[in-house]
Amino acid sequence: MYQYDAVDQEFVADRAREFREQVARRLSGELSEDQFKMLRLMNGLYLQLHAYMLRIAIPYGSLNGRQMRRLAHIGRTYDRGYGHFTTRQNLQFHWIKLRDAPDILDQLAEVDMHAIQTSGNCIRNVTSDPYAGATAEELDDPRVWSEAIRQWSSLHPEFSFLPRKFKIAITAAPKDRTAAKVHDIGLMIRRGRDGQLGFEVIVGGGLGRTPYVGPTITEFLPANRLFSYLEAILRVYNRHGRRDNIYKARIKILVAALGAEEFARQVAEEWAKIGPEGDLPDTELARIRGAFATTVFDVLPAQSEVFEAAKAADPALARFARNNLRPHKKPGYTIVEVSLKTIGDTPGDATSDQMDVIADLAERYGQDDIRVTHEQNLVLPHVRLDDVPEVFAQLQAAGLASANVNLISDIIACPGLDYCALANARAIPVAQQIAQTFADPDRAEAIGELKIKISGCINACGHHHVGHIGILGVDKKGEEFYQLTLGGSGAEDAAVGKMLGPALPYDKVASAIDTLVEVYLRERREGERFLDTYRRTGVEPFKEAVYADAH
Amino acid sequence: MPTLIRRQDDDQFILGDDPFTAVADDEGLPPGDVIISFTRFQAEGDRLLAEGRAVGVRLEPAEEVEALAYDLPRIAVVALAFPKYRDGRAYTAARLLRQRFAYAGEVRAVGEVLREQAGFMVRCGFDAFAPADGASPQDWAHAVHRHRHVYQRAADLRTPAFLEREGG
Repeated sequence: MYQYDAVDQEFVADRAREFREQVARRLSGELSEDQFKMLRLMNGLYLQLHAYMLRIAIPYGSLNGRQMRRLAHIGRTYDRGYGHFTTRQNLQFHWIKLRDAPDILDQLAEVDMHAIQTSGNCIRNVTSDPYAGATAEELDDPRVWSEAIRQWSSLHPEFSFLPRKFKIAITAAPKDRTAAKVHDIGLMIRRGRDGQLGFEVIVGGGLGRTPYVGPTITEFLPANRLFSYLEAILRVYNRHGRRDNIYKARIKILVAALGAEEFARQVAEEWAKIGPEGDLPDTELARIRGAFATTVFDVLPAQSEVFEAAKAADPALARFARNNLRPHKKPGYTIVEVSLKTIGDTPGDATSDQMDVIADLAERYGQDDIRVTHEQNLVLPHVRLDDVPEVFAQLQAAGLASANVNLISDIIACPGLDYCALANARAIPVAQQIAQTFADPDRAEAIGELKIKISGCINACGHHHVGHIGILGVDKKGEEFYQLTLGGSGAEDAAVGKMLGPALPYDKVASAIDTLVEVYLRERREGERFLDTYRRTGVEPFKEAVYADAH
Repeated sequence: MPTLIRRQDDDQFILGDDPFTAVADDEGLPPGDVIISFTRFQAEGDRLLAEGRAVGVRLEPAEEVEALAYDLPRIAVVALAFPKYRDGRAYTAARLLRQRFAYAGEVRAVGEVLREQAGFMVRCGFDAFAPADGASPQDWAHAVHRHRHVYQRAADLRTPAFLEREGG
């Protein structure tokens, strides 16, 4: 966890004070809603169907117990006792009153948090690996770079009015848990032949109306040249990105129009002009690295007798261990995924009481470290295997012990028509129906990894393009229909899903998913995930089965 | 005479006279100092300068500041247009004028210029402002000085956080 210094604290406090003045000008009528819009959007405050929604930044999805407890408190005091973790590792409150917003920002500032740049056409919260600092797979700690980017991008004087929003992801592990290839910029930490640290730079990925897997424009950028290079990319985009049509304004459209090679050439030319003057000094990078509280691990045996005995005695714990635990870099420790996909609940929602439980567990058993994943789950990255039975028991008591991470009921869904003014169709109830259909945990485990992602409109907040099965809500003459896509992935094997066939009515979606799964179980070969089988067989057997049923 | 908000060297803001007349392409030229489009400057700039006038050039967001590079020493004002506040291209243009071309003349923000942008504009090197929201120099100063710290190097002289920390 990065420790704020006085500079960081005063920066956030100044920002909260500024917003308090702006809200006062709005409430007094000095500003119209239209004039106020730009100001509130720079502080993550949206006007939705029923109320204001406040999106709070959880930089690169990392927070501590005190911060989580504060979010719980805000949910309890100013909202309806719960919050919604998003696919951008942020937290949204959907029932906020405008007059409370300044107090909320003050409360956040007290615990080194903010809502800066969670909306608007600026550089948004950086996405990073939720297992950072805990997985043995990583070449470096991506949080150091994420925090440096957070600071560099905060109120950037040149890049706060870009053609469109701008999202950066950083991963340092070969297994990509950030969807780097579908971000505006994806940075993959690499080591050069001489051992030097650097980045593979991917630009122009994205979802929305025109999904792209981003091309690599630089295979190896020396790490200490990152900021001048980012400046060059952003400058080329700021000058040449389209501003005449918001659906064509993302950098992916510019990169596609110019071609990756020409875009890379323009960036290189600009980068040469900027030179090392645009880089962050190594001393500052070292300071940031040092400001991450050091995690001290005990020397433990690789196997925990307590844990093994508890697993043998409790099949529910054994199931949880199979699906929700991941290998830690240190023997005797594990990464615990906490699913926010309890069957029947809204994906990504957590009550204030649940947030408090997570905060307690992090403080008592998890080195005071919590992560949010872009798949809308939480992670306790450093738990001793010895403590897992106790952690599991407390998660169970809080209704947070669903053993379904990466399984078919671990569904991403946007808020959809239940909350969002842009949506064409509901997303959450569809997710709930599918989860109910696969409520049998043995069957879900037998199916294995299967990522379903649901968006209520073409803006694709639910990332349907990169779902192994994607579901897109569309409006057909005032009725909700759903278009299915197959074969997408947001991971290192990134791909945009292909459309299965004509859209299905609301009440046919869950049974169509059931049919798709049956086809997979029939066709799959040893060790294949749904995605692998689909990629081998192609769409035909799936299509045939779903539309045969429909007749 | 119309007025402008001007930034002074001590980072204070005052109301200053504007001796320039902004002239559209289809208007006749009045006597005195003028701000004209880049197209018109290319056609008539030499003659106007020869008459001893001070000449400013207005750049639209799509016009590249590089095209002005050779003329900068004889241009008194570069007026960068914000047709909409959310069109951020002029921030880049201002930074390049100051940092890449070391332009020392006036860089003026015109168009939909609002006090909430003041901090960004000053950091990018703007030093004269024609606000569209009736903001006063006091409003401007308040907006610019609101943040005690900045995280980046830019075209102003503010010390970025990473240097501030080294000093402290």
